[in-house]
Amino acid sequence: MNSESEKSFVKFEKIDKSYDGEVLVVKNLNLDIAKGEFVTMLGPSGSGKTTTLMMLAGFETPTNGEIFLDGMPISKIPPYEREIGMVFQNYALFPHMTVQENLAFPLEVRKLSKGETKEKVQKALDMVELGDFGTRFPAQLSGGQQQRVALARALVFEPRLVLMDEPLGALDKNLREQMQYEIKHIHDRIGITVVYVTHDQSEALTMSNRIAVFNDGVVQQLSTPDILYEKPENSFVAQFIGENNRMSGTIKSMENNYCSVELENGAGTVKALKVNVGGVGEKTQLSVRPERVSLGSDGNGENVFTGKVEELIYLGDHIRVRLDVCGNNEFIVKVPNEGSFNYNEGDSIKLNWNPDDIRALDPVN
Amino acid sequence: MPIGDMLLRSVDDSQINTVFPRTFEEYNKWNRDVDELPPEEVYRTLFEELATGEKIQIGRALTRMNYSKSGWKSLIKKTSREIKKMTKKGIVPESYKETLIEINKDWGDPTFWYSMAQMVNKQTPIYYWNAIDRTYDQNQKVIMQDEKRRIYVQTWFKTLKVSVYVTFFCLILGFPVAHLLANLPLRYSNLLMIFVLLPFWTSLLVRTTAWIVMLQQKGVINGVLVWLGILSDDGRLQMVYNETGTLIAMTQILLPFMILPLYSVMKVIPKSHMRAAQNLGAKPALAFWKVYLPQTIPGMSAGGLLVFVLAIGYFITPELVGGKDGKLIGSWIAFHLKTTLNWGLCAALGAILLAVMLVFYWLYNKIVGIDNIKLG
Repeated sequence: MNSESEKSFVKFEKIDKSYDGEVLVVKNLNLDIAKGEFVTMLGPSGSGKTTTLMMLAGFETPTNGEIFLDGMPISKIPPYEREIGMVFQNYALFPHMTVQENLAFPLEVRKLSKGETKEKVQKALDMVELGDFGTRFPAQLSGGQQQRVALARALVFEPRLVLMDEPLGALDKNLREQMQYEIKHIHDRIGITVVYVTHDQSEALTMSNRIAVFNDGVVQQLSTPDILYEKPENSFVAQFIGENNRMSGTIKSMENNYCSVELENGAGTVKALKVNVGGVGEKTQLSVRPERVSLGSDGNGENVFTGKVEELIYLGDHIRVRLDVCGNNEFIVKVPNEGSFNYNEGDSIKLNWNPDDIRALDPVN
Repeated sequence: MPIGDMLLRSVDDSQINTVFPRTFEEYNKWNRDVDELPPEEVYRTLFEELATGEKIQIGRALTRMNYSKSGWKSLIKKTSREIKKMTKKGIVPESYKETLIEINKDWGDPTFWYSMAQMVNKQTPIYYWNAIDRTYDQNQKVIMQDEKRRIYVQTWFKTLKVSVYVTFFCLILGFPVAHLLANLPLRYSNLLMIFVLLPFWTSLLVRTTAWIVMLQQKGVINGVLVWLGILSDDGRLQMVYNETGTLIAMTQILLPFMILPLYSVMKVIPKSHMRAAQNLGAKPALAFWKVYLPQTIPGMSAGGLLVFVLAIGYFITPELVGGKDGKLIGSWIAFHLKTTLNWGLCAALGAILLAVMLVFYWLYNKIVGIDNIKLG
């Protein structure tokens, strides 16, 4: 295997998909996934992420373009010959078979010997810590256990690639978090390539090597979790991943990597990092993370504003302050609880942020 | 309650015992090895009970007596008339035995007297024996009926055969329809559902008659086949008034009872199961066989049991389209209920039907497990 196919083990090339011949649910998708990578497709419902996954699994065919797996085009290969494991949204465990039979199913289809099948089933069950549950039926297991069986079944026949379609959607919050780590650990241990679909951004941030943020059938940004969070390239990503404070304005001037933006309603001028903007005089949306705003000081004298404290929410490790700043009364600041915060609701307060922390992005409408 | 009543009636023989209580009492004292004919006392009590008995009660008893041996009815009727004349005139016979034999020489025929043994108990299994073409000989041994009168055993087997076939055909035809119903997009499946339910809105008689129109020799199907040149004009198929007609019509009429339980089960099988099976490496046919089909067993068994139960007791359709050899046991029950008024035999046939059903139910429970049934 050469380094080229190592880098793009799975390759989506100019994929379009339309169900009705009119509306494209996936538009010109280009995506490379390296071997052993954990890639998450993240996006709101209807953004085309599940459709993309189904095309990879072979249950949908691309309208245009081609998908390559390990350098081979796979559009013509039926799903049962693709050797791709999949964990379905509601697990799709076969209710009339025991856990063991469920796991043995893909092996029996491949005509493995009885002994080998048994050994592999037991190994897979041990991997998900359900070694003693082999003789139960799926209905006799809890949701989390069913989830693990589904995972074991998708892995037991050693597929080239595993797909997961919102596999944790049906679990409660605690279990979901626990399973996130568990799936991540299994991935680290066996080094299989995983393509994961979710609409839950914290799940995506926890588990993935890289995240593809989908919206409206288009990948908005494909990057590692930290870059997605800290350096969103457009307003949708900034908005969808984590919390941010938004302000709209018009670009007055640009110099080097920065631009100066005059806020709407004449609320002042902000110096911001130039990321995704047009020319001078065009609209832009500014985005700054709540934890990157400091309160009560002038900083280095740039981007200093005065706000009014509207609401204080005590959250233990930090205090969440809602302010009215520059005519935006939804401005959130997170203050670490260091015991020195002594403002009350209604107080006026000085705040500032570094021009590197506020990003000028594409305008929203 | 009605079932209990039916079971009691199928063995009940008490009516005749209220008409001839003393005769039977004396009759039981008769030792057949010693005397060829019953003793004088039997003749006397019979004479008196005929003389004093209510005419309607005697009439009903006669019908019963005729089931045991034909000839009883006319014998007693004639005798009764004579006895009434004698009592009117005030004649008291010296020897009842000789007088009765004088009235009708059949009173000297021991076979009549032998058959009376079947009536002296308040319970009798005779209806059950009749229901399977058995009767008693003069020594009270159970023997086969005359060959001409054997109808029930053959009908029983035919009923079973037709029910099994109908169930089978309903399954074969109903499965794909139910599958379509459960998997088509809503607007198509709704339309299809209406087609499935449409027959329910039409009278059973109308549907059955419609089949006669379709199937008869000058009917629609034969007409089309002749027109297409598949059949010659004198080679028209006989498809109605025989077993074929019964099978076709019953299958059509009972089909919804198979489709609906199947549909309700198929509806809840997630589509992702077939996908998962294929994803795991099974070709669509294997995925269907290993994953989909086993999950429809509860629907198949519910539908199968439902259709079978309905088919085994069906009588209107076989009666109308079955002709002579398409008649099922239900038709005979109806016949005896309405025409011959032999309710004991009806009850016995019904009880056997019930027993057969219970046996099938038990078998089914053994093989499939009754917990596996699912109607919706």
